[in-house]
Amino acid sequence: MRPSSTPETGTGVRPYADRDDGIVQASFTLPVRDSRAARTAGLEIARRMGLVRAEVVHSQPVTAGYTYLVLYGSFDDRVDIESIRREDFDIEYMDHDEVDAFVASRIGRPLVVVGASTGSDTHSVGIDAMLNLKGYDGHHGLEAYDAFSVHNLGSQVPNAKVVAHAIEVEADAIVVSQTVTQQDLHIHNLTELVEMVEAEGLRGRTILVCGGPRISNELAKELGFDAGFSKGTFPNHLATFLASSVAERVSVPRAA
Amino acid sequence: MTSKLNLDEGVVLACRAAAEQISADVIAKTDDKTTVSVERTVLRLLGLEGADEEGVPLANSVVDEVLREGGLDRGAAFWVGNGLIQTEMSLESLARAVVDGSVELCTLPVEDERMARDVVERGCRERIEELSAARSDRHEMRERLGENSQPLSYVLTATGNVYEDVVHARAVADYGGDIVAVIRSTAQSLLDYVPDGPTTEGFGGTFATQENFRIMREAMDEWSEENERYIQLSSFCSGLCMPEIAQMGVVEGFDNMVNDALYGILYRDINMVRTLIDQRLSRAINGYFGIVINTGEDNYLRTADALDAAPSVVASQFVNFQLASDSGVPAEQIAVGNAFEIHPDVPNGFLLELSQAQLTRELFPHCRVKYMPPTRHMNGNPFRTHACDTLFNLVTVATGQSIQTIGVPTEGIFTPHIHDRVLALENVSYVATAAAGLAEEIEFRSDGLIQRRAQEVLKAALEILEEVAEVGLFEAIAEARFGDVSRHESEGRGAEGIVSKADTYFNPLAEVLGHAPVVHS
Repeated sequence: MRPSSTPETGTGVRPYADRDDGIVQASFTLPVRDSRAARTAGLEIARRMGLVRAEVVHSQPVTAGYTYLVLYGSFDDRVDIESIRREDFDIEYMDHDEVDAFVASRIGRPLVVVGASTGSDTHSVGIDAMLNLKGYDGHHGLEAYDAFSVHNLGSQVPNAKVVAHAIEVEADAIVVSQTVTQQDLHIHNLTELVEMVEAEGLRGRTILVCGGPRISNELAKELGFDAGFSKGTFPNHLATFLASSVAERVSVPRAA
Repeated sequence: MTSKLNLDEGVVLACRAAAEQISADVIAKTDDKTTVSVERTVLRLLGLEGADEEGVPLANSVVDEVLREGGLDRGAAFWVGNGLIQTEMSLESLARAVVDGSVELCTLPVEDERMARDVVERGCRERIEELSAARSDRHEMRERLGENSQPLSYVLTATGNVYEDVVHARAVADYGGDIVAVIRSTAQSLLDYVPDGPTTEGFGGTFATQENFRIMREAMDEWSEENERYIQLSSFCSGLCMPEIAQMGVVEGFDNMVNDALYGILYRDINMVRTLIDQRLSRAINGYFGIVINTGEDNYLRTADALDAAPSVVASQFVNFQLASDSGVPAEQIAVGNAFEIHPDVPNGFLLELSQAQLTRELFPHCRVKYMPPTRHMNGNPFRTHACDTLFNLVTVATGQSIQTIGVPTEGIFTPHIHDRVLALENVSYVATAAAGLAEEIEFRSDGLIQRRAQEVLKAALEILEEVAEVGLFEAIAEARFGDVSRHESEGRGAEGIVSKADTYFNPLAEVLGHAPVVHS
């Protein structure tokens, strides 16, 4: 039974440590010598972050002129979940077998997926986790599904090559991964892909998806993708999205 | 060192023999070719630094021009030697004249071929003597200041801005780090030139340029003198400019270089012939000047399952070692690679990892071993990663690894923030202090899990090596024998930069390096 001190909705939520206390941990470095001034500046930063009763529990020099601080403080406000509710809060993901069965019955052929880690990004880990037979953390990638025919182009693939390949194999979906995000490199690269896809007139028939540790669904949609997947994504999440999106698209003309 | 794993010496010898055959076959298949990067390295060594107004390095312009004129099969050095005699210009003026089109190197008259070769060979010898003297001075500085005992902590700085990297490197040194690596910007490996000058913009790393190397060396020399402990520097001789970066490292006083033979082929899709030619000169340079090289077997474990791929890691260690050895690198300067990438949920994963780390240590007793932290299964929870790194640090100490790349808590989230490395180094030092004598104290039970696992992995590695020796390394890579990645001889980046040597091919650098004694090891 849920204790009365943990209201979930209606009154709103806040961080929970061992009761409805709002306790938050923060750690950061200040470019200041380890000193009372550094710790006091840390507390002021916590205050402006909206934390009350903040205390510095640890500080140490990082190198000359830099100090690392660990603080705790309380967030006294609440966030009402209902006020921020979005459609993706309640998505139920299909598992591997369910996706295969769904695609077989609703679409009747494997979906063609072109994937790559694009631009200058050398990291293949993300795209491989989603697409390779072995997958990630015990979850097989899309190559293992009957529902997908996968073309994994690997890492450091120019956007133009991804688009050309998608046209060649009549891809149902393009899935790209971006790992390096320093100085918003990924934004430029992803924007370029969207522009190319639109220029080639693929937008209507190809689902466009991106993923990576620092990519959110919101960011992806803002850039013109159909969806974005971040940390914690397993191949069946992507598979569910692709299968249901393609099914939606094919069902529209059928219904008309 | 007595074996804790009860390895069959016959199997070890058979692995070495297969690797020798594989390496000899690679040399036979690549010895009649040169590459644009090899040729640029010769010119850089002769002192051709700098770039034109558009940032194109002079070494690139000259080599590209000789290639265009159809003369690269004789080696760039010959044409430059002849050009120096015919025009009576300095090397840099000659290069600039080639850039502006006022001199066509291959159409200049050749009066005396012997003189043309002699002038660059003499220049090359003088330059190598100069660099050797500077290396000896650095060697003395290291001896005078002293260093930590092994395992040495290898730490990457990667802010993208060389001046911020200096601040991060100082924090690393303050917390006991031993080797600071200037990790390159992502995609630098695919540039067929080395960018020029200091850089303040980079992605996932800071460009490896000669000026960035110099800035970092100066800052770390200053720290070393102030604190009376020598800090080593490292970077990456990989990609399309392997030997050039080796040469730059020598000039700027670097001590260590990641310099794998197969990495670029498998993970950057660089043509295998190109890489295998380039790695040879790159490693010859590092070997000659006393620079420690690191192989990159850790990378296989990022694309293949750590337990399944263990034999291929060992097989690759043998191949990488042999290729380095055949390029003239003494065993003491070869640091073979390994990594702790077994999934944290695997029962007895720690024991299996102890087995693998000990195996690497015992198979290459004269080598250093560079041990890499868990990355692949680090899930973004910095606290779990920190815990996993503690076990990694314990394996490092328990198996007597020589160099460890430190694991940082924010692995898999972003390039480390300044305090992430400090937390990581505190973890390293905590374990190294608390378990200082562990390696001498422990033995492994006869026929226990650890011994059996090592013996099985070694046996499977021999099978791979014998199969690779049978078909040759090129075909083996095409069959995805390493890292589950398949590449083909005719494909990959940089193939257009390979040129067949003419009978008159001349490379003074390779000749001097090949025939002179090693400076110090």
